[in-house]
Amino acid sequence: MKKSTLFGLLVLVIRRDLVLAMRRRADVLTTLIFFVMVVSLFPLGVGPEMDMLRKMAAGVLWVAALLSSMLSLGRLFSADYLDGTLEQMMLAPQSLSMLVLGKMTAHWMVSGLPLVLMAPVLGLQFDMPVQSLGVLIVGLLLGTPVLSMVGAIGAALTLGLRGGGVLLSLLVLPLCIPVLIFGAGAVDAVSSGLSAASHLSLLGALLLLALVFTPWVTAQALRISME
Amino acid sequence: MAINWFKYSAPTTFYGLAGKMIPWFAISSAILFAAGLYLGFVVAPADAQQGEFYRIMFIHVPTAVLSMFLYLIMAGYAALGLIFNTRLSSMMATAIAPTGALFSFLALWTGALWGKPMWGAWWVWDARLTSELILLFLYLGFIALHASIDDPRRADRAAALLAIVGSVNVPIIYFSVQWWNTLHQGSTIKFSGTSMHIAMQQAMYVMLAACWLYAAAVVLSRVRSIILERERHTLWINELPEVRS
Repeated sequence: MKKSTLFGLLVLVIRRDLVLAMRRRADVLTTLIFFVMVVSLFPLGVGPEMDMLRKMAAGVLWVAALLSSMLSLGRLFSADYLDGTLEQMMLAPQSLSMLVLGKMTAHWMVSGLPLVLMAPVLGLQFDMPVQSLGVLIVGLLLGTPVLSMVGAIGAALTLGLRGGGVLLSLLVLPLCIPVLIFGAGAVDAVSSGLSAASHLSLLGALLLLALVFTPWVTAQALRISME
Repeated sequence: MAINWFKYSAPTTFYGLAGKMIPWFAISSAILFAAGLYLGFVVAPADAQQGEFYRIMFIHVPTAVLSMFLYLIMAGYAALGLIFNTRLSSMMATAIAPTGALFSFLALWTGALWGKPMWGAWWVWDARLTSELILLFLYLGFIALHASIDDPRRADRAAALLAIVGSVNVPIIYFSVQWWNTLHQGSTIKFSGTSMHIAMQQAMYVMLAACWLYAAAVVLSRVRSIILERERHTLWINELPEVRS
């Protein structure tokens, strides 16, 4: 086997997971459709008044993004776990944290990025002003990777458990609250005439923190689940 | 002769020690509860602003304090269990979780009862209330994860990791919620405890001590049950008088 660098390994894992995801496009689409549906249900539930919808938009989009990222988390490790690939990955001489980081990145590109791209369209349904849309996208770009990374810890802990999906949400959702607060807060700040810089900086800080710690914690969780 | 510091870190010896300690904690807790409730509801004067309503504080504040401390203690035990692989630490963490959840539920409930006459609403999205609610969710997540893994060793380790991640997250959650709150609404009425009457303080400290002792008694008796359940195949359990009869 060719000795690959750490970065090469990362690219390798990301590419592998992306190829696997592209072979099963339905899974990717289901998450996206779920996101669109949840967001579309809110006006039906609370009424079509544009003033209220405009105020709610950021919160609704963020909560929907949170929920739909939970949906896809169960698949993060389960396929590899079932066919034994995960075990091989853990035996590999390369760092497990790096492999995990690769899987997280691929997961975000498949489940988080489509949501970010879809969000502005849904935001228009809620009559969000263009300024807010821009902040929403930046916020989602910074925040959704954190959801994938924190979620990966939960996915690793609940690997192979019965009722894992519901349990996973129960574990991960409370941990994701700061992301929700700063993400939705950034849009609120802009729409009330303030600067969103502080919220976005904090989201960025959360992203960096998650980037440093979650791959290692997830690797430990995988070791616990696989022993 | 060297003292064996780790003597009571084995379930075998700790089981007996816990059994001896429980009555002391339980009795002193009962006495302090009686004294604290008497001090709080009879001796302490009515508050200048809040009248008689403030008296729920004598239950509310100790439960809230305990709910937060117990989470940290639970995470500490869980971490010990994860790092040193000591069975008893993990059992302690498991035993603390339901008590912690109970205290955070009580804090929320009494908070709601206090909020209704004071703020005119059962629930206010105040930073403290919200973070207490999230703390309850964290407890429930810990209990749920532990309950859904059949292998106790894996359950201990997985739940321990969750508790540690949670305890790292608690300050982040607390500050984010606080900031979110100040952005969304003006400050709600808060009880300024700076000039509390001396009798109120005494009642509060007595109740706090009572809650601590209650938590210790309950956790120890729960850990005894867990030891019995987990070690039921061992010889020493089957030789215990209470198991034999």
